[in-house]
Amino acid sequence: MMKISTDEIEKMAHLARLKIDDPLKEALSYQLSHILDYIDTLKDVNVEGVIPASGAAFLNTVLREDILGDSPGPDVTLANAPERDQDFYTVPRVVK
Amino acid sequence: MDLHTLTIAKAQELLSQGAISSVELTQAFLDRVDLYEGRIGAFITLDKKDALAQAGVADEHIAAGNQAPFTGIPIALKDLLCTRGVKTTCGSKILGNFVPQYDATVVEKLKKENAVLIGKTNLDEFAMGSSTENSAFKITKNPWNQDHVPGGSSGGSAAAVAAQFCCAALGTDTGGSIRQPASHCSVVGLKPTYGRVSRFGLVSYASSLDQIGPITRDVTDAAMMMNLICGNDSKDSTSARQKVPDFTTALDQFEKNSLKGMKAGIPKEYLGVEGIDPEVLAMFDQAKTILESLGVEIVEISLPHTPYVVAAYYIIAPCEASSNLARFDGVRYGIRDSESDDLIEMYKKTKSSGFGPEVQRRIIIGTYALSAGYYDAYYGRASQVRTLIMEDFSKAFDHCDLILSPVAPTPAFKIGENTGDPLTMYLSDIFTLSANMAGVPGISVPAGFSRAGLPMGIQMMANHFDEMSLLRAGFGFERALDLKPGFPSL
Repeated sequence: MMKISTDEIEKMAHLARLKIDDPLKEALSYQLSHILDYIDTLKDVNVEGVIPASGAAFLNTVLREDILGDSPGPDVTLANAPERDQDFYTVPRVVK
Repeated sequence: MDLHTLTIAKAQELLSQGAISSVELTQAFLDRVDLYEGRIGAFITLDKKDALAQAGVADEHIAAGNQAPFTGIPIALKDLLCTRGVKTTCGSKILGNFVPQYDATVVEKLKKENAVLIGKTNLDEFAMGSSTENSAFKITKNPWNQDHVPGGSSGGSAAAVAAQFCCAALGTDTGGSIRQPASHCSVVGLKPTYGRVSRFGLVSYASSLDQIGPITRDVTDAAMMMNLICGNDSKDSTSARQKVPDFTTALDQFEKNSLKGMKAGIPKEYLGVEGIDPEVLAMFDQAKTILESLGVEIVEISLPHTPYVVAAYYIIAPCEASSNLARFDGVRYGIRDSESDDLIEMYKKTKSSGFGPEVQRRIIIGTYALSAGYYDAYYGRASQVRTLIMEDFSKAFDHCDLILSPVAPTPAFKIGENTGDPLTMYLSDIFTLSANMAGVPGISVPAGFSRAGLPMGIQMMANHFDEMSLLRAGFGFERALDLKPGFPSL
């Protein structure tokens, strides 16, 4: 049995906002099951009481004063917007 | 004189003497691009007129007596680094039209010195890959043999340096993406300590692993680039406050004391790794002998969690990627599927038409490993294993200054050889992933050629913030080996 079924691929794709067609679902189910079988080797490690690493940085919380800067303005901020209406990003209607 | 073979150091010297101009130097590289880029495919974006204009400005600064170390030096940038007003695609269709409105901090630093930013180089989409075959735009070929990959994900940067399209390049390294292509293309690649270089303006793949670093012709140039790019940046809260040394003094240390007093550890777990090419092992033995002749004491060390590095990495990196790449949703930048009149449908169609297969695969793995019911078993456990890997390194560095290994288990594979089998591709990253997991620096230095003429490199890793040891030992090794040929014949 596949470790991760096509139904689960479908569910994950929805959570990740991806649209995966049926042939690709099959392929991903196979590839990901194979990869996850390999990843299961992690179960052999004794991790009791080990604190999970949150990253590789050596630092304490970095604080600084808030400093007022210039705003780049809407034309710079929205320069890459695929669609805009005046100074707003637009999306398909959500309230119907 | 072949201007296109010049190192940063040599070009800088000739520019300061007035023996050459930046326009001449830049033109020499552009002439190479005209001749060979069709066969190599190193660049995604290249604007010759703009490069020459930058060179002209640099020449004016030099004439006026304002020459900084990088003034007039042609440098290529991995297309994952934001450049104001110049398209930055990340090798992805989804950002095919993206023009940043600001510069990455490293780009700002190059511009401040009037370097010539010659072009944006090809990469695996969002840096996910080890071969540069995952780019949405083109496949980059290895300059030493065009049937083979250049490595990845900074394959375009490494190929551009090897093919003499620029003096040097910047790459990024999340699991070996600077060191492995450098090794496959016979150039020097350095991944600095996590936090050494600001990540501001680097499009994030896995934020706790990503780091920017130099890809250069030799170790001296790597030290020079480190001097420019390192340092704390208020725009990156993970950037380190450690003092930045003058990295070129590492070379003076070698001149004075050779490598006497240095200890290099070889992890016993590394040489038992399955699938190491015998030619890679022979190269590694020769490298050991050379280092010993320079005064390095070789000791055996242990990194007991080595067998779990690949598995832990291929959970942590996709988890971070699935979160980081959620921002590409067709609203603020990039392409959008304009057909959909439903918001969720628009997101889905935009992402699935914009991201390539490897990126979607990693997003799905990451989403799965972070989802309710699986989080503890996958992300939680992988993060605990990461702690154990970090502890392995910290203990190992009680017994040695350097950790030695090959960079990759084999020379560059053929184009198309591994694309159908993602796990095999992941396993080839075994020697380079650990440095990112532990946050330590690593350098890849050219160390020989296979009988088929493909380059192979050695990797040295050092403790956090000890790039000086890497540069000192790398410089000594490079000089003692004096590897020929220095350049591929194209």
